[in-house]
Amino acid sequence: MSVDKKRAIVLYLHVHQPFRIRHYTIFDAGNKHDYFDTHEGDRTNNGDIVKKVAKKSYIPTNERLLKMLHDNPEFKLSMSITGTVIEQFEKYAPEVLDSFKKVIDTGRVEIVAETYHHSLAFFYSRSEFEAQVKMHKDKIESLFGVTPTAFRNTELSYNNDIGYWADQAGYKVVLSEGWDPVLGWRSPNYVYKPAYTNNIKLLTKNYKLSDDIAFRFSNRSWQEYPLTTSKFMDWTNSSWDQPLINLFMDYETFGEHQWEDSGIFDFLEDLPKAWLKNSEHTFMTVTEAATSFDAVDELDMPNTVTWADTERDLTAWLGNKMQQSSINALYSLESAVHESQDLSIIDDWRKLQTSDHFYYMCTKWWSDGDVHAYFSPYESPYLAYMNFMNTFHDIKYRLTVKGIEV
Amino acid sequence: MLGWELPPYNSGGLGVACFNMCKALASRGADINFIVPYTADHSHIDFMKVTSAVPADSTQVMSAGMAYESFKFTDKDGNTEYVSLADYHKVYEKAIDNIATAEEYDVIHAHDWLTIRAGIRAKQITGLPLIVQIHATEYDRSGGKSGNSLVSEIEYLGMMLADKIIAVSQLTKDVIIEQYNIPADKIDVIHNSFDVDIYDSVVGENSFKYLRVMRESGYKVVMNVGRITVQKGLYNLVQAMKLVVDARPKTILLFVGSGEQELELLELAAELGLGTNVIFAGFQRGKIWRDMFEVSDIFVMPSVSEPFGLTALEAAAYGVATLVSRQSGVAEVLRSALKIDYWDINEIANQITTVLNNQALQDQLVLDGYSEVSRMSWDHTAQKLLSLYDRHAIGARA
Repeated sequence: MSVDKKRAIVLYLHVHQPFRIRHYTIFDAGNKHDYFDTHEGDRTNNGDIVKKVAKKSYIPTNERLLKMLHDNPEFKLSMSITGTVIEQFEKYAPEVLDSFKKVIDTGRVEIVAETYHHSLAFFYSRSEFEAQVKMHKDKIESLFGVTPTAFRNTELSYNNDIGYWADQAGYKVVLSEGWDPVLGWRSPNYVYKPAYTNNIKLLTKNYKLSDDIAFRFSNRSWQEYPLTTSKFMDWTNSSWDQPLINLFMDYETFGEHQWEDSGIFDFLEDLPKAWLKNSEHTFMTVTEAATSFDAVDELDMPNTVTWADTERDLTAWLGNKMQQSSINALYSLESAVHESQDLSIIDDWRKLQTSDHFYYMCTKWWSDGDVHAYFSPYESPYLAYMNFMNTFHDIKYRLTVKGIEV
Repeated sequence: MLGWELPPYNSGGLGVACFNMCKALASRGADINFIVPYTADHSHIDFMKVTSAVPADSTQVMSAGMAYESFKFTDKDGNTEYVSLADYHKVYEKAIDNIATAEEYDVIHAHDWLTIRAGIRAKQITGLPLIVQIHATEYDRSGGKSGNSLVSEIEYLGMMLADKIIAVSQLTKDVIIEQYNIPADKIDVIHNSFDVDIYDSVVGENSFKYLRVMRESGYKVVMNVGRITVQKGLYNLVQAMKLVVDARPKTILLFVGSGEQELELLELAAELGLGTNVIFAGFQRGKIWRDMFEVSDIFVMPSVSEPFGLTALEAAAYGVATLVSRQSGVAEVLRSALKIDYWDINEIANQITTVLNNQALQDQLVLDGYSEVSRMSWDHTAQKLLSLYDRHAIGARA
């Protein structure tokens, strides 16, 4: 590391909500096209959900972040906000968008680029992927007046191709999971250079410390419970000679995944205070971290790594036959959808690309834990698939009646 | 153990459940005398003793047709007499006296209302703990109505006098609490189970030649198996089929079983224009029974009230996707079964159609269903029963 640089925590929060598909039957297909609307009180009512999460997480977390930025001049963070969640704020909770603007207007929040629809398009259609990244960039620029210089792909999925693409696209840094089998002897606390690239840097998530907050914080059977900032500081000290602590997590960790009564907000607010007690410590945004330090090594990642499950791969989204057949079916419509030039068809088709739809179809949780169950509004992965496929059939119907061959 | 039937002299799941349960108990060392209220050759059963409880002067008692109907008695002079099912449980009670005192037992385990009077009698004679296992109540059999009040009274009496009640599902436990006012802490839920390895594989040419050919030309087969009676919610299934066939004409509904509602359903199917889409194959067992799973794409059990529903596990074991009502006990143990409410005709139709239209979904349901049932074992049920026996046998002697 460059000896003249302070050690930095790189806090990066990901904000996202999908447009959940309502209970949509085969008898709706061809008759109704309101896939994402349902009555209040239904588990798939997107307005209900975004308002609930706003109250529990977005509003109080933004209040804390503002306070932290005010109280700690050195505190900074990075965020990514998907297009689908922004649309839902606009539609159901505009006050949330205002609260994000206030935080971002401090000038100490870096916005990270990604696909507008939180999709897996990179793995299915490069042109569709690029269109969605552009849509997201435009939205962020018009809303917050900033242009992203860092990129993360959906679910923090990363491989050499993504690194190469992001380098070509001119990004300064790309984010990935710091998964041991890939890092080998390396530590996630350094800046790396992605294989086959020229200028871009790679930051890797310190999943142990990140997940202590994101997953384990309120777990009473965890032997480290309760987690305090002083304990957390002790853990960061074990890598005192390494430049970065990359804390990457879902924004909804605060208040939604970990509830307020767990003390998560106080932990968050105390984090910069505790960290900055040491004058050799600071905070950096992702691009700042990537440009402040030289890459210590090159990382070759031919296989896709994500931040999910113990496998850290895409099997939570694409592991079973339902997931594979539905996503293949969806992308098979690409040229027909564009040919239609029907903006509402294009928009619906893109909303169906959101990775959450495929996550809800995951059958891994039958045997290994309840993480997926918690995030699903459907009774079973089979119902998630049924709603999706019936919606798909309706899109196909709409294209067919327009005289487009599908 | 006081039972009503054992395969192959069974009319439904009760006999199958008792047989497999006893087999698993026996392999854990239980010594069982299984009492049946008829005379028949059960010499193929070598893991327990099977005793016929019949009146002293009769030489042969046979089920006169299907169980739940009547019994035919033949005395030593060759005279025959028919006794209705409603009265037969009393005959069973009288016949139990000798058996109860002939050997030493630890516990009396009685299955369903027909054996309850005999169970109470045995408890009176021996002073042993009585465990009553409820596979179905009169409330279930009458499709969620009050049913025969004489029968529910016997059920009530038996459950009150029992030392412990076993319900085959939480659903059944709830019915017992709500409909019979039995205290919840008196009832343990012990689910039925399944052993994939004891089921015969499907071999040889399939008996359903017609269905096989139709499937080759793009038809898919929806199957239901069991008694054709109001409890099973089949009226709704035929109505749902109308919607399914409208959306997917190449669909056939296969009923395997018989019962008093058969004609009514036939008429309904004809009325709805489903004459060629609904097939009644009658009551079957053996090879034809296995073959029906092989020619089917989805097993549907839309029961109004189904205490358990073992056939759903069997369907999963034979590689058929399953759709069961939330009003069934099996819904509590088979996660990869699709679930509907029996009254929700549109949703029944939606789920059937969507499965039949999406091979990937059908494949996934088959895969997950098989993997689930192959992890099940009657041995788990036997372990729970044995520990329950222990608790009560010791309690009774203390």
